[in-house]
Amino acid sequence: MRKDENNMKLTAAELPVGGIVEAGTAVNFHTGSWRSQRPVWNKDKCIGCLICWISCPDGSIKIVSNEKGASVVDGIDYDSCKGCGICAKECPVKVSAIAMEQEKK
Amino acid sequence: MIEAVYSKGNIVAKTGNEVVAEALRQIEPDVMAAYPITPATEIVQIFSQFVADGVVKSEYVTVESEHSAISAAIAASAAGARAVTSTSSQGLCLMWEMLYIASGLRLPVIMAEVNRAVSAPININADHSDTMGARDAGWIQMYSENSQEAYDNIIQLTKIAEKARLPALAAMDGFITSHCMEVVETYPDADVKAFVGEYNPERYLLDVKRPYTLGSIDLQDYYFEHRYQLAQAMIDARSIILDVAKEFKEAFGREYGFYEKYMFDDAEIAMIIIGSSAGDVKVVVKELRKKGIKAGLLKIRVYRPFPTEQIARDLAHVKAIAVMDRSDSCSGAFPPIYSDVVASIYSAGVLSPKVLSYVYGIGGREFCDEQIVKVYETLGKVASGLEKPSNIIEYMNVRIK
Repeated sequence: MRKDENNMKLTAAELPVGGIVEAGTAVNFHTGSWRSQRPVWNKDKCIGCLICWISCPDGSIKIVSNEKGASVVDGIDYDSCKGCGICAKECPVKVSAIAMEQEKK
Repeated sequence: MIEAVYSKGNIVAKTGNEVVAEALRQIEPDVMAAYPITPATEIVQIFSQFVADGVVKSEYVTVESEHSAISAAIAASAAGARAVTSTSSQGLCLMWEMLYIASGLRLPVIMAEVNRAVSAPININADHSDTMGARDAGWIQMYSENSQEAYDNIIQLTKIAEKARLPALAAMDGFITSHCMEVVETYPDADVKAFVGEYNPERYLLDVKRPYTLGSIDLQDYYFEHRYQLAQAMIDARSIILDVAKEFKEAFGREYGFYEKYMFDDAEIAMIIIGSSAGDVKVVVKELRKKGIKAGLLKIRVYRPFPTEQIARDLAHVKAIAVMDRSDSCSGAFPPIYSDVVASIYSAGVLSPKVLSYVYGIGGREFCDEQIVKVYETLGKVASGLEKPSNIIEYMNVRIK
């Protein structure tokens, strides 16, 4: 282990007791780098059913409010998306607004 | 003989199990999760009746094993509850991996433990093999000589565990203490409740406003620091134990420390012992004193954390010491208490006492006055230089050949 790396880590005096890890740390990790396949969202096909949003285990489906105040999909957060493909699988068959593509090297 | 020391105390005749159940009724934990096992069965049996009768508001979790019992207690504690369990022998063995989870997550789970031999061969009588096996699990361990101490210890331990953020067990000898009816002074419910207070953990899983992850993986870059924290917590628990003992004395009048010294301060020869046998040793010491023999006794109450510095200071003046273990480590070396005592005095530079190792009372084998007298006779010879101290374990009252 490099010395400078070691120095950045918390000491026993600084670490929370009992191995507690504060919630919401996922935002600090770019799990998007794990992907071998990426979901590609087609705005024109999307019917706004939000099945992808509720199915995504990582909260990587971005949503916004439209002009009527309803929540609609606005794209995919590729920083956190691990490319599991659940969104593409769950997207209604007749719609197929999300498709998996090979991640570019 | 127990005498009343508290103005509002109530003198009752109860067994160790009954009086521990009584203490638990007064403490009224949020959750009790336990599985019955001889000789600790009565504790949870009586407590479950309190729950059934609506005497306590505690949630009683019936489980299918001791592993589940401790798991439920750990989960309840993590959620923010004051959680209690009770077990003995094989039950404690089945809890094994979870003992380390409780201490590693720094959850103050309380255990009413009744000391019993471990199988095989199967045996239900008293020895300390069960809890001594768990001595390095990061649990505070407190031992009782009699029912009064069992009652007082579990009350104090609740407070100690929560302050130290460590799980803690209070042990008493199976059958000898757990099933013998003795005179005990109990204290009014309101006074016990006031003493233990409410459990208000700083962080708990049901606190939805401050969510956190508990029990995540912790590898080579942080695990060591967390284990260091645990080791330090055990050291820090020493002052907490003494502070709570002081508060206890102020509240109820009984005095407790890491150990009890009986005719010890001017003793030239002394025994170190844990648990109910201390009562027999006191009788012998008193008789020996009448003959002018400077015998003494040091009865350990708090075994984890081990009071290393204090015990080294207190043993410095003793010429010959017999460390009495009611368990054997089967290590090829020495049993637990002996190892801790010798390491403590050696590391403190106290090299003058000769220290002998005895293993006694395994599986409930009788330990009586004549044997105790013989130990003191040997100590006398060693102290005066007539006999060379043995460097092997003396197994007492066992048919070797």
